[in-house]
Amino acid sequence: MLSYTIKRLAQTVFVLFGISLITFVLLQIVPGDPVALMLEKRADPETIAKVRHELGLDLPYYVQYFNFIKGAIHLDFGTSYFTNEVVSDALFRCFKVTFKLACMSFVFSAVIGIPAGIFSAVKRGKGIDTVVMILSIIGVSAPAFWVAIILQIIFGLKLNIFPISGFDSVASYVLPSVALGARYAGSMARITRTSMLEVMGQDYIRTARAKGVRKWAVILKHALKNALIPIVTLIGTDFGYMLTGSMLIEKVFSIPGIGKLAVDAMSNRDLPLLEGTVMYIAFVFVIVNLIVDLSYAFLDPRIRYGKGVV
Amino acid sequence: MSKKIFGFFNKQKQFEKDVLENNMQYSSFYGDSFKQLKKNKIAMFCAGIIIILILIAIFAPLIAPYDPTYQDYSAVLAEPSMAHPFGTDEYGRDILSRIIYGSRVSISIGIVAQVVASLVGVTLGSIAGYYGGKIDSVISRIMEIFQAFPDLIFAMAIMTFMGKGVVNLFIALGLLTWVRTARMIRGSVMQLKEKEYIEASRASGATTYWIIMKGLIPNCLSTIIVLVTLGIPNAIMYEASLSFLGIGIVPPTPSWGNMISAAQTFINYRPLYSIMPGVAIMITVIAFNIFGDGLRDALDPKLKN
Repeated sequence: MLSYTIKRLAQTVFVLFGISLITFVLLQIVPGDPVALMLEKRADPETIAKVRHELGLDLPYYVQYFNFIKGAIHLDFGTSYFTNEVVSDALFRCFKVTFKLACMSFVFSAVIGIPAGIFSAVKRGKGIDTVVMILSIIGVSAPAFWVAIILQIIFGLKLNIFPISGFDSVASYVLPSVALGARYAGSMARITRTSMLEVMGQDYIRTARAKGVRKWAVILKHALKNALIPIVTLIGTDFGYMLTGSMLIEKVFSIPGIGKLAVDAMSNRDLPLLEGTVMYIAFVFVIVNLIVDLSYAFLDPRIRYGKGVV
Repeated sequence: MSKKIFGFFNKQKQFEKDVLENNMQYSSFYGDSFKQLKKNKIAMFCAGIIIILILIAIFAPLIAPYDPTYQDYSAVLAEPSMAHPFGTDEYGRDILSRIIYGSRVSISIGIVAQVVASLVGVTLGSIAGYYGGKIDSVISRIMEIFQAFPDLIFAMAIMTFMGKGVVNLFIALGLLTWVRTARMIRGSVMQLKEKEYIEASRASGATTYWIIMKGLIPNCLSTIIVLVTLGIPNAIMYEASLSFLGIGIVPPTPSWGNMISAAQTFINYRPLYSIMPGVAIMITVIAFNIFGDGLRDALDPKLKN
């Protein structure tokens, strides 16, 4: 386990460096001078040169990259060109909101998806199985932002139960969480079903049934426990996606989260903020995946020793 | 003994007779797979939907009742009627016509992005798998970095840096999805290159290029076909998301994503405006996904999971 952990950690550090390099390169090829954009048209060339010097943009690329890495390690990405807010402050402020949203969507998708998958595996081929599978296909295939708008129309405007924007009260959490979680509920239901069916076909389940253990005790105690490994992996990866991919939902409900921050930074070409959000989102995503992989290896020893890691 | 030999000859004769007289055919790999696929009713139904969608995209000018960019200011945000089945948008453009033209964007982007992804993925994957060693580890590390980037933010970043537009969207989505193809091809090539027939062609002096192009890639073709089919709905979804965020296809060119984005302001009194483009996305994505699953089961069952 230790050697696997070290190997995986080294890989993560390497990947983070790669991401920082790609981010840096992409930032260099942005069309248009950010300083000119920032100062708009009133600046004369002298002022532009001065600001460039202050921001360290006149240094050679490798020095700039080194400074960028040094800043990133200290979580120091400078201040936003537009709002003058310290980037790391903005990141923490918005991350709190997105984290809350991701957690609630996560709870929603697990509470709906896993039991639905178990039911449809147990009642394989019956009506409920078909209904669950059709719903999960719709959940996976419908764009999340569109589901969000449909929810707004039905529950916000027609039934008037939940507010259609903002993120300040418990009621306002409901629609965004459902909209973000719908797709993952669908994929969780599918993977739970597949995994349960696989486990339930095995001999020890038949033995347990033959011994006279009650049906649901077999399903929940014997089968589910072993079916959980692929589910846990998927859940972890999904959580990473919810944390980093909520920008569409945040836009629909105007939630001031990390995704909205990223979209704003991109439309304003606010480079420090953009650097910060991209690195931050990538970092969170990579770390979540690292935790998932380590817990997977912990649950299933074959991964640690075998060729499970490609 | 003689009976045994006789029996063998009889069987052989019977077989030849079957082939010649009863029109029995030797079956090929793709022929077999196609037969298998034809048995899958839902997949065939979805194939029908895909063909209809492609025909709609090609013949959009003939099918659409209006020009998708024609602005009729006497009918701004009109209610659904006989003239405008789904109503009109904020510039008085017919929504049905815009949805029909939107299929061109979605389907072409889905297909071209997958072609880009396959070109990059197959090239890098087969090189990594065939050479192994240092080349493999360099390419594998690059794939890890690409895979670690959260997908949407990566596409957004590329689009911001390269600018909006169709061609950049092709590149961004291609770059986003090539890793999956490369991984699969790398795995298959690694297995295949140990086979005797590759050994034989190497012994008889075939060049590396020939071995990869003629010996390895044709054997990966079914994997590539399945990956492309299952990749198309993904690319369509990304295109819709990016256009929704305003950094993919920009109006007046209609795309299902940017239509929903524009419709968001009017959900209060024109809900149909935002619902219908989403239905179009959903039908397309479901059709490609289910057909792709069927294709995978028929061509390459080991790809499952």
